[in-house]
Amino acid sequence: MAEAYKIIDHTYDAVVVGAGGSGLRAAMGIAETGLKTACITKVFPTRSHTVAAQGGIAASLGNMGPDHWTWHMYDTVKGSDWLGDQDAIEYLCREAPKAVYELEHYGVPFSRTEEGKIYQRAFGGMTQDMGNGPPAQRTCAAADRTGHAMLHALYQQSLKYDTDFYIEYFAIDLIMVNGECKGVIAMCMEDGTIHRFRAHSVVLATGGYGRCYFSATSAHTSTGDGGGMAIRAGVPMQDMEFVQFHPTGIYGAGVLITEGARGEGGYLTNSAGERFMERYAPHAKDLASRDVVSRSMAMEMREGRGVGAEGDHINLHLNHIDPAVLHERLPGISETAKIFAGVDVTKEPIPVTPTVHYNMGGIPTNYHGEVVTLKDGDPDSVVPGLFAVGEAACVSVHGANRLGSNSLIDLVVFGRATAHRIGATVKPQTNHAPLPKDSADFALGRLDGYRFSKGGSPTALVRGAMQKTMQSNAAVFRTGEVLEEGQRKIDAVYQRMADIGIADRSLIFNTDLIETLELDNMIPQAVVTMHAAAARHESRGAHMHEDYPNRDDEKFMQHSLAWFRDGGVTLAQRPVHNYTLTDEVSYIKPKARVY
Amino acid sequence: MAEFSLPANSKIKPTGKRYAAPAGATNVRAFKVYRWNPDDGANPHFDTYELDLETTGPMVLDALIRIKAEVDPTLTFRRSCREGICGSCSMNIDGTNGLACTTAIEDIKGEVKITPLPHMEVVKDLVPDFKMFYAQYASIKPWLQTVTPAPSGEERLQTVEDRSKIDGLYECILCACCSTACPSYWWNSDKFLGPAILLQAYRWLADSRDEMTGERLDMLEDPFRLYRCHTIMNCANVCPKGLNPAKAIAEIKKMMVERAV
Ligand SMILES: Cc1cc2nc3c(=O)[nH]c(=O)nc-3n(C[C@H](O)[C@H](O)[C@H](O)COP(=O)(O)OP(=O)(O)OC[C@H]3O[C@@H](n4cnc5c(N)ncnc54)[C@H](O)[C@@H]3O)c2cc1C
Ligand code: SF4
Ligand code: SF4
Ligand code: FES
Repeated sequence: MAEAYKIIDHTYDAVVVGAGGSGLRAAMGIAETGLKTACITKVFPTRSHTVAAQGGIAASLGNMGPDHWTWHMYDTVKGSDWLGDQDAIEYLCREAPKAVYELEHYGVPFSRTEEGKIYQRAFGGMTQDMGNGPPAQRTCAAADRTGHAMLHALYQQSLKYDTDFYIEYFAIDLIMVNGECKGVIAMCMEDGTIHRFRAHSVVLATGGYGRCYFSATSAHTSTGDGGGMAIRAGVPMQDMEFVQFHPTGIYGAGVLITEGARGEGGYLTNSAGERFMERYAPHAKDLASRDVVSRSMAMEMREGRGVGAEGDHINLHLNHIDPAVLHERLPGISETAKIFAGVDVTKEPIPVTPTVHYNMGGIPTNYHGEVVTLKDGDPDSVVPGLFAVGEAACVSVHGANRLGSNSLIDLVVFGRATAHRIGATVKPQTNHAPLPKDSADFALGRLDGYRFSKGGSPTALVRGAMQKTMQSNAAVFRTGEVLEEGQRKIDAVYQRMADIGIADRSLIFNTDLIETLELDNMIPQAVVTMHAAAARHESRGAHMHEDYPNRDDEKFMQHSLAWFRDGGVTLAQRPVHNYTLTDEVSYIKPKARVY
Repeated sequence: MAEFSLPANSKIKPTGKRYAAPAGATNVRAFKVYRWNPDDGANPHFDTYELDLETTGPMVLDALIRIKAEVDPTLTFRRSCREGICGSCSMNIDGTNGLACTTAIEDIKGEVKITPLPHMEVVKDLVPDFKMFYAQYASIKPWLQTVTPAPSGEERLQTVEDRSKIDGLYECILCACCSTACPSYWWNSDKFLGPAILLQAYRWLADSRDEMTGERLDMLEDPFRLYRCHTIMNCANVCPKGLNPAKAIAEIKKMMVERAV
């Protein structure tokens, strides 16, 4: 096999796969410690999905009113519906202000307050005084283009450091030797050459797998490749049943309108023109947590109060907000609403519907970014050499439901933590043991198999079947029956991978082949999402199981782990960390979650 | 604008394949797309795909994705965000550079002709080679440079007014629509930095936090890097984000004059 493809060898201390916010921050930090670092990415760094983030990045700077990192921590724990690990959440919230100041020092063009400080806006679920006070303005923003501002600044900074970028290289598989990660195999998309990266540490920063669904706010490239690689390396996925539906995807197009729109005073109405969120969340109203708002909208539509001929969407109003404020703080979504919904936001409401947006689940890690698994009874057993950060990972700080603006901060805080860990554990110029002769065979076998596949199912057809199944059977509301059917259907779609047939056999920029490898990464994650959802007999955060409408801490205050081997799913539980990192804050005990 | 660079010794053949719309289509539109695969030995050519617009999404990118999914999986193009923010899908549509994901099919009359960005090397079909463009970007040191150390444990202050000076600059998505529409860049792309990169150069000159104004201007003080702009304005006309590189270039020239006196 290996003879048919030209293999080019590289040796690094550390290799980062992914150049979104998390990958760039990790790569920069590792290079800073003097280690020889490579960053592999399938798209040019500034085209990574982080660029699309709009609303902002959470940190308790207190620029707009009183705030404290413990308040941020409380909100994050409550937002997670007590499925988040409190040691990791403490780390996130405590480090957040430092990470934001660092971004400002890197040149991120944050919007400013009258005193010249970083502007912060209100976001869902963010409150003062451990949930007792009014909304907190905690989300630091660069207008409504925060992800763009941040990603460009991180790429610009990384040009200063000694990181070797491999741009438009597609990582295919990890090199695993006796359960340790020793590197990664990638293909250069421009000429089809195969590259073997030998490394002491490999960081997966490949983003989410939103494209498993038919309608998602995420980019076409959000195909969860890191998860696919990890699954094939025998690593379980964690909490995959928790898929966040964002309340305000533009109806039809699926393009996002940031929660910041409601943070700046926007509100939702049903067909009767009623501000229905007042009924579901009397306190927080339109700024309740995302799972709560999405469910309320779905309920309104189900009960016949949806807007439009089909009653299948809801109105988002910004037309009462001063046009000057819209122009200064929400220019991007004003443009987006015009292009994708034909709406002038100063005059008309935007038609919106809950849309798949974020994966709380992913590759399980500790707060150092080290990938962990359940092994010989140890639920925190580290997989040597393998790290994961960003949306690809499940630290878990978001638990069953992520708060808006907590992802961008997750990227930089844990990107940095991962770099520190690698810097502390790998000495520069440490020798590499020789790799086994067949180290590229697994990856090349898959590549070659798909490249010459002649089956009757084109990639797009199988992908469409997967996306429709996920959309209909793993949606906002779930029941035992629907999930039962979903498991059968998604397993059947998985079987069709054996019948894939592609048309492009070229080695040059073969996107037909790349899309097939991406599908092969998505499909096991779709399968485990469905199976993990069917097994969770409770309702928590984004997972609403109508046969079990209540949270069941007794049985299910547990992370779910899912392995996927030979077409079958194995499930297990892993305890939620019910302790904090330091004595400065005590464990936040579970209670009912009301907004 | 219709010009683009061809691989050596090649000509576009007048006809390629034509894929007819499915029977029963009611609102048929033809998409004539540039094709070239260095692997197959064939000359560049145009293939024509007919789609039923009744069942196709509204944007040009929706049409391309549909062609790839249902008609011809070998059709090759870049795309990611599908909302005009990542800058992947820049191409020449109906004679004008733009983003496929925010260009509505409805706004184009008749057959939709799609070619790669003009005057760039082509890797395959609609995928141009951006390497030189990225290298030019890196050459202007596009990061915040200061002498004063950053304050510890807080942000650098910037007034609302100073911050507003980089509006219309920082939003650039590096799609290269402007540079590849600029005749000066076509003929001097090895030496003239072009509108996109100059806009970014000005982004740092205009940022009140940056302290390397002199060095940045020195770098641009060169008969080619800056001064090949003859204010033809193509750049501002095509920018899909509504930015105005020509104006930014004029501002840099003004700064040059001001520091000379
Ligand atoms: C529209 C939208 C708006 C959002 N707004 C906000 C917000 O305001 N605030 C907030 O906190 N969060 C927001 N989020 C969530 C947040 O943006 C994402 O969770 C986050 O950006 C993910 O970053 P990442 O670094 O994990 O991965 P990404 O930015 O997705 O990057 C993935 C990287 O991995 C690379 N890659 C993937 N697979 C491979 C492979 N096989 N080989 C090589 N490279 C590979 C890609 O090239 C890319 O560089 C938003 C999300 C969406 C969809
Ligand atoms: S104004 Fe200058 S940069 Fe813009 S297209 Fe004309 S010559 Fe090129
Ligand atoms: S200035 Fe406009 S056209 Fe030019 S690269 Fe930037 S976004 Fe694209
Ligand atoms: S796909 Fe991102 S700009 Fe068009």
